[in-house]
Amino acid sequence: MSADTAPLPLKEQFSRGLDAPICLTWELTYACNLACVHCLSSSGRRDPNELTPAEARGIVDAMVDMKVFYVNIGGGEPMLRPDFFDLVSYAVDRQVGVKFSTNGTRLNAERARQLAALDYLDVQISIDGATAASNDAVRGEGSFAAARAAMDNLAAADFGQFKISVVITRQNVEELDALAAIADSYGAQLRLTRLRPSGRAVDTWDALHPTAEQQRTLYHWLIERPGVLTGDSFFHLSALGQPLDGLNLCGAGRVVCLIDPVGDVYACPFVIDSQFLAGNVRDPGGFPAVWRESALFTSLREPQSAGACASCGSFDACQGGCMAAKFFTGLPLDGPDPECVHGHGETALAALAERPQSALGHSKIGRDGTPIPVPTPVRFRSPART
Amino acid sequence: MTEAQPAAAAAAAAASSAFAVEQAWQLNPQVALRDESFGALAYHYGNRRLVFLKSRTLVALVSSLQDYPSAAEAIAAVVPEGQQDSYRRALARLAASEVIGVR
Repeated sequence: MSADTAPLPLKEQFSRGLDAPICLTWELTYACNLACVHCLSSSGRRDPNELTPAEARGIVDAMVDMKVFYVNIGGGEPMLRPDFFDLVSYAVDRQVGVKFSTNGTRLNAERARQLAALDYLDVQISIDGATAASNDAVRGEGSFAAARAAMDNLAAADFGQFKISVVITRQNVEELDALAAIADSYGAQLRLTRLRPSGRAVDTWDALHPTAEQQRTLYHWLIERPGVLTGDSFFHLSALGQPLDGLNLCGAGRVVCLIDPVGDVYACPFVIDSQFLAGNVRDPGGFPAVWRESALFTSLREPQSAGACASCGSFDACQGGCMAAKFFTGLPLDGPDPECVHGHGETALAALAERPQSALGHSKIGRDGTPIPVPTPVRFRSPART
Repeated sequence: MTEAQPAAAAAAAAASSAFAVEQAWQLNPQVALRDESFGALAYHYGNRRLVFLKSRTLVALVSSLQDYPSAAEAIAAVVPEGQQDSYRRALARLAASEVIGVR
């Protein structure tokens, strides 16, 4: 949209921050029955300090006050939270729309009917490959069948249009057409997002992230398919030519943030690290005070240096790329994105003395105190599709 | 970040069709506005589209549509002369994305 009379370009306005987020992600729990090798939040174990149901409803109340139109709910697996349906109903009853992401393992026929009965609710089922083989290599054995069963359940419940959410990897980028065909078969929307080297993907990004050639393939595929959703996640590819649909900027702390299961507020869902922690919803003033007054968010809303990218002709298109991708690969935040389409990121990575260590996060831990290796085979009570 | 863009592109394409400026319009009851320094965000709870109203004048115009017997009269009352064509086009885009509707 353009009403032609804004004093500053919209992108500039957004980079200075808004009174409330546009895109608020809320991870309800770190508990997860899968152990995806690229989990951005290293989920697995429930955190004992998780927000109580009353505290969670308080966050919804804050969203109502701030006129946050919708919230993106994730995890962990959000459906594992015992008050999941209560909380979702509490939100949609107050005109806070819910878009939630699930691995589908708990989305049986009855729950599909419950979801179909709610207004202002969107569901995203995650798969990371078009076949059980490619998906399960990343998400765990049986996870593809479970996700397809959940999709079947939503279709049978007449849920309407749901979304199929895919993190693009070196392995599944060859399956773009097959993924689109799966979505089409349900009348679903396909949503592709970028693999960030966050959480457990600190350790797996090298093996999973698309090659430079695959990035170009993806870019052209997306340009030809404006109906495919991307959550603005591939804006670093806009340096390849015509910009992709979207705002094409890093919204972290400006129009985007994350509330984690214990109430910590981070600049974006992909930077769960103390350096990007703005505050906690349990602090005085709650979430609104963190959003509006935290030192971190205030600094992110100030003009940012283009740093090493200042002399690059593509800076206006890509804005230097993704803060999280740089941070977790050990690159300076004012340098190139590790997947810079001009190859500047690869050069910078090659020059690094060492890469950051992975954090333990909430991965499940074995008796010897070390994280259980992933992927973990998982079993489901009723994996069979009808 | 926002997934409104494919919808916005469709809306822009549809905006070239005629806008019934002599008809009575209103903010779509399914749309909520959130004031921002640049104007407002508009969210359509039905089609889940997020649209940006990029000036305070446009927000005032959209909010006042229901008080006038036609969009043309609302424009004449709210928008300074010399800018009215631009706001007529802006309303046409908002109609195409169903932010405003005939009442």
